[in-house]
Amino acid sequence: MKPSTIKSRPLYGTLAPVPQATQHIAIVEGEGALALADAFAGHEALRRTIILFSPIAHRADHDQTAVLTSLSCEALHLASNVQELLGTLVTILSTATMGTRLYVSGSEDFIGRVTSEALRQGIEMDAIQTEHRGAPTRRVQCVHCKGFIDGVSASPALCPHCGLHLLVRDHYSRRLGAFMGVSIDAESPGDLPPPEAFGA
Amino acid sequence: MSGGVQFPVRVAEIEAVSPAVKRLRLERHDGPSLPPYSAGSHTVLTLEARTLEGGTRRIRNAYSLLGTTLGGGPAYEIAVLRSPQSRGGSVFIHDQLAIGATLSMSAPVNLFPLHRTARRHVLVAGGIGITPIAAMARELAAAGQPFELHYAMRDEASGAFAAELAALYGPAMRLYVSQRQERIAVRDILAHQPVGTHLYVCGPERMIDGILGDARIAGWPDSALHAERFLAPEGGEPFAVKLARSGIATLVGEHQTLLEAIEAAGVDAPYLCRGGACGQCETPIVSADGTLLHADHFLTDDQKACGKTIMTCVSRLRGRELVLDL
Repeated sequence: MKPSTIKSRPLYGTLAPVPQATQHIAIVEGEGALALADAFAGHEALRRTIILFSPIAHRADHDQTAVLTSLSCEALHLASNVQELLGTLVTILSTATMGTRLYVSGSEDFIGRVTSEALRQGIEMDAIQTEHRGAPTRRVQCVHCKGFIDGVSASPALCPHCGLHLLVRDHYSRRLGAFMGVSIDAESPGDLPPPEAFGA
Repeated sequence: MSGGVQFPVRVAEIEAVSPAVKRLRLERHDGPSLPPYSAGSHTVLTLEARTLEGGTRRIRNAYSLLGTTLGGGPAYEIAVLRSPQSRGGSVFIHDQLAIGATLSMSAPVNLFPLHRTARRHVLVAGGIGITPIAAMARELAAAGQPFELHYAMRDEASGAFAAELAALYGPAMRLYVSQRQERIAVRDILAHQPVGTHLYVCGPERMIDGILGDARIAGWPDSALHAERFLAPEGGEPFAVKLARSGIATLVGEHQTLLEAIEAAGVDAPYLCRGGACGQCETPIVSADGTLLHADHFLTDDQKACGKTIMTCVSRLRGRELVLDL
């Protein structure tokens, strides 16, 4: 995919444990578990690593859970959904200290939700590493009704809150952890281009 | 003109706050109050110092502003250490400047601001580095923001404002007197700070490097680390400078900075901090017959090595002639 010309569009890297960190918190979803295993397997940092994992419900992620269990980290929390995972993250961060580094991997909307919650808890942007694994689905905010839409895979997308058709832009809010969705057919209602799936 | 808006000010008060530090209160004398500024700001004073030969020499030095006047105010205050390596500025202020004297003062600039979304602030000062740090403490206390203040000094007499800071902030403030073998336990301080803490250090170069180094070893991210690194520009061997665009040629004296020599030749060259921190005076080099002595904290090592630009406020040439695109 061509790099976006929009500066706010997040870029993702490859996870790598920061040796001087006093505490590592890895929060991963679905295939993100494999990114974590790639980076941390056999690493001494695992002794100071808390892993939070949410398998994706409709897929068989037993293997991924097994991969994480085999890592022998400090603690492994499994959650059935992202909301529960974020609750656990907030609890852990409430007593975390400045040497803490956060590692996030999963779908694009998952990375966005986790990152914005972590920033709200006071973690600095440069203490967070991200790696994109899995679907290139986006979390979008409808700028008209302000509702959030998770798991958006193509643009334009229908806002389930207000019924508008939204052009999903590359403009991104770190605070909201979401891309911007703007009405695409305001001037000629119903005149919609065919949906285009997001690239990886 | 370069350096931003200038205000004519009068020296309203001079107080010795320690044997080597004087507090100056500067009031605007041409009308309305001075603009508001945030903690960590500095101003550049233009001093006309008398020379031994009976002439005057123009010196421009940056000083951190004491306190904080987010609402503006009739006067600014600075604290000046009498520096033994002074090229004239601090000695002039200590020995010659009197109440009633008039000076030119630049509008405030802040290169060392508080990070206002931080949840907690750890302030560390060494010696005269207390000036911006005390301003930060005052602003944080007024805003009800959590902070702790660590202030290291050689001996109790040299610690400007120590008693009043201790009275103001009580347990949030700790003093370290090196004559009593007291050292800042940096690692202990850094180890238990909650997520969302920012660290601010102002003091001698070695202290800043040591504390920021300890913070990085303790896993702190760079964005949470802040330091004020004003350099007192040092003199050096004299060299010739030519300004390619204006065709002016002059000499940089051994006690003069490149910027001062350019100004003395009548050119209003760009500057802001005059301490190698802000980057405003970055000037393209046409040619250099000699070795560039980069002393700033603005250019990266790579940029210094490629020698395309120079910070005229603190850097110079060891050699014959420097030609600038100015």
